[in-house]
Amino acid sequence: MSTLSYAVRDSTTMLRRNLKHILRYPVMPLMLIGIPVIFLLLFVYVLGGTLGAGLGGASGRAEYASYVTPGILLITVAGAAQGTAISVAMDMAEGIIARFRTMAIFRPSVLTGHVIGSFIQTMAGLAIIVGVAMLIGFRPNATAIEWLAAAGMLAMISFAVIWFSVACGLVTKSVEAASNLPMPLILLPFLGSGFVPTDSMPSGVAAFADYQPFTPVMETVRGLLLGTGIGHNAWLAVAWSVGITVVCYLWAKKLYNRDPIR
Amino acid sequence: MTQAAIKTTGLRKSFGSNQVLKGIDLEVAEGTIFALLGPNGAGKTTMVHILSTLIRADAGLGTVAGHDLAKEPDAVRDAIGVTGQFSAVDNFLNGEENLMLMADLRHLSKANGRKRTAELLSRFDLVEAARKPVATYSGGMRRRLDLAMTLVSSPRIIFLDEPTTGLDPRSRRTMWQIIRELVADGVTIFLTTQYLEEADELADRIALLDHGRLIAEGTPAELKRMIPGGHISLEFASVEQLQAASAMLGGSQKDTDALTLQVPSDGGVGSIRDLLDRLDRGRVDVSSLTVHTPDLDDVFLALTGQPDGERATVS
Repeated sequence: MSTLSYAVRDSTTMLRRNLKHILRYPVMPLMLIGIPVIFLLLFVYVLGGTLGAGLGGASGRAEYASYVTPGILLITVAGAAQGTAISVAMDMAEGIIARFRTMAIFRPSVLTGHVIGSFIQTMAGLAIIVGVAMLIGFRPNATAIEWLAAAGMLAMISFAVIWFSVACGLVTKSVEAASNLPMPLILLPFLGSGFVPTDSMPSGVAAFADYQPFTPVMETVRGLLLGTGIGHNAWLAVAWSVGITVVCYLWAKKLYNRDPIR
Repeated sequence: MTQAAIKTTGLRKSFGSNQVLKGIDLEVAEGTIFALLGPNGAGKTTMVHILSTLIRADAGLGTVAGHDLAKEPDAVRDAIGVTGQFSAVDNFLNGEENLMLMADLRHLSKANGRKRTAELLSRFDLVEAARKPVATYSGGMRRRLDLAMTLVSSPRIIFLDEPTTGLDPRSRRTMWQIIRELVADGVTIFLTTQYLEEADELADRIALLDHGRLIAEGTPAELKRMIPGGHISLEFASVEQLQAASAMLGGSQKDTDALTLQVPSDGGVGSIRDLLDRLDRGRVDVSSLTVHTPDLDDVFLALTGQPDGERATVS
């Protein structure tokens, strides 16, 4: 067999291993869905009346449910990142990883197994959140193509964030540290256009909000699903996603190839 | 000697300012058991980590199965199996799934993988536990599964890092039996242990590692000749009794502070009876008696009188 087919086979084996872990111990996936659902309910039913009125025009709670959903989707992605970092850090502490390192297998497969496993988990989580949002008033007007494009956009940012969290899981020495490192990501939708438009923020905060990676993603998803303006946000979002993915993939690979005992 | 399965020259490794291996030269012949014997912290595990490609040496050369450790790590990895000190099993999977995982990663066909898994489960007495999560296994079962996972690909060279540490005596015997069977099939085994008894029981050749240096190497018989014999330690109630016993028993060493007397002895029942008879005839009362057989401490004490012992090769 060629190197490439070994790479595919070993990655598939590792993916199967990670999916078994997720299915057998579903605490993490449940939390990953639970937290965004609570945020969604909180923001729509507790804060939604006031925040919706603040959007301007004749809008209220129902309109706010639509506005906030892309932000909640990014919260889901950020929450999944934390789960990935924890499971990578936990795995690295296990003796079996040392065994994998002494076997002639495609080396990054341990990581790709985690990445693809987390990716499947994140996409499933996003689908569930969209379903819940639609039940409580999210009213997208997208065509099939726009749905597909929005899914693609979310897939790209998820992939980027997952590689970032894999690197977080590798760089830390303990599981606790690994769970804290991607925590600030949860704040990014707030410090962006996730919950309120950025032009309502003080200029310093607004500047950060406009230029951080999650804002163009949220604007793109919002535009695709709700028909608001996208402008150059789509390109920016794609560029951020690809850039983060490449940098974090290389970083994670370098971290994994270090001597495990130093 | 046939072609060497493992050969190193001048292998060195430091972690920060701590020199763990200070230039190791060794050679292990194919189809033999080689035991690396040493106390905790001697560098045994680091040696296994380097030879099994887990970490890289700072300096020196090493070949395993004819392949250079630094240049062809994947060729080395294809030839070896490693069972480390800390169990390398997947706790979230069951025993059968762990073995199938290894079969997949060793690129066996599905049919072959299943066949090999079934063979190993029955050979290691894990058939009943095959579908139970590994987290519920006892220490001995984990160790057996761990070794079974190492054997999935039938490696020609196997590294066992303290394979019996923490096992009860029965599981230990089982492990020894398994190791002997492997060598009977022509496998080379590199074993580390802190038990002299274990090295003696299993190994064709033993090397003693102390503070990152090999201080002696040879067959078990050769090494034992370098070890002082055992002794019997007698404790007395008073200095007078101790003096009396000491005068009676030539060649003994007395410690007046602890009120003890060390008498060289093989520790056999006959010699103990003989010793007590003599003390009885001399009307000396012994308050307690302990038999001391030679152990790793004695070996190291004998060989490393000075802190950084020079290497001595017996041949």
